[in-house]
Amino acid sequence: MKILLVDDSKTMRNIQKGILTQLGYTEVQEACDGLDALSKVGAFTPDLLLVDWNMPNMDGLTFVKQFRAKGSKAPIIMVTTEAEKSRVVEAIKAGVNNYVVKPFTPDGLGERIKETLARVAAA
Amino acid sequence: MEATYIVPFIKSVQNVFGTMLQTQVEVGNPELKKAGSPAYDISGIIGMSGDVEGSVVLSFPTAVAERVVSLFTGTDMDHAHDDFADAVGELVNMISGGAKAQFKGKSVSISCPSVVIGNDHVVFNRKDVVSIHIPCTSEVGDFAVEVSVRQTTAPAGAGQSAAAAVKA
Repeated sequence: MKILLVDDSKTMRNIQKGILTQLGYTEVQEACDGLDALSKVGAFTPDLLLVDWNMPNMDGLTFVKQFRAKGSKAPIIMVTTEAEKSRVVEAIKAGVNNYVVKPFTPDGLGERIKETLARVAAA
Repeated sequence: MEATYIVPFIKSVQNVFGTMLQTQVEVGNPELKKAGSPAYDISGIIGMSGDVEGSVVLSFPTAVAERVVSLFTGTDMDHAHDDFADAVGELVNMISGGAKAQFKGKSVSISCPSVVIGNDHVVFNRKDVVSIHIPCTSEVGDFAVEVSVRQTTAPAGAGQSAAAAVKA
């Protein structure tokens, strides 16, 4: 399982990476914004992406739209401080499969990852 | 400034510290901040724009910030560490995001965070917006959240307001 973490905060990427490692996912790459992520998805071909919303250069929502426009179907979990319902709807419409609001607990993020992968497997 | 815009920050700082640091935060009486009065030594700053505009400052004495960041990252980290400012920025980002989600019916954008490190620096907020100092106490030490926001009739998402100027 290849996972791409997209967040401008190295701290947040480290925290998420630690949770993924505990869950047994060790093939993880990191990107610091949407542009960086777009440059990496071609070679890395992630099976799951965790994407922040507010980032410099290219925000997460723009990245998701461009990623989906390429025909990529890999599941995306938006992990963000943007908690308003209108933002969640906007993200889902853009192609996000699941949504986690920061702050989160390790168990909370882990459950959402399992739930997302189970949904994709069942589809 | 209406309490509508203060209570969300109190709830949010308690939620962020409780969830990410497993640390309870007690909040004292919010008070008007005098212009030009010093912040602590380390401040994370976020700008807000849209239906509510202004800035949010999360400010710590150095020793408290180092304890907070070490708890947050799970790694002992002093203020000279390369990733220290990033961690402080992410904390103020989560606090601001959590607060703005409680502004009912408002469309608000937040900027990427800036972090200032320097003893007794001063954060100058917009002169036409009142600043409220929210004192916070926790087992890792005292710190503060300073909220300087106002409701606006300007179109939402029209760029970031100048968050604040800083004098070291």
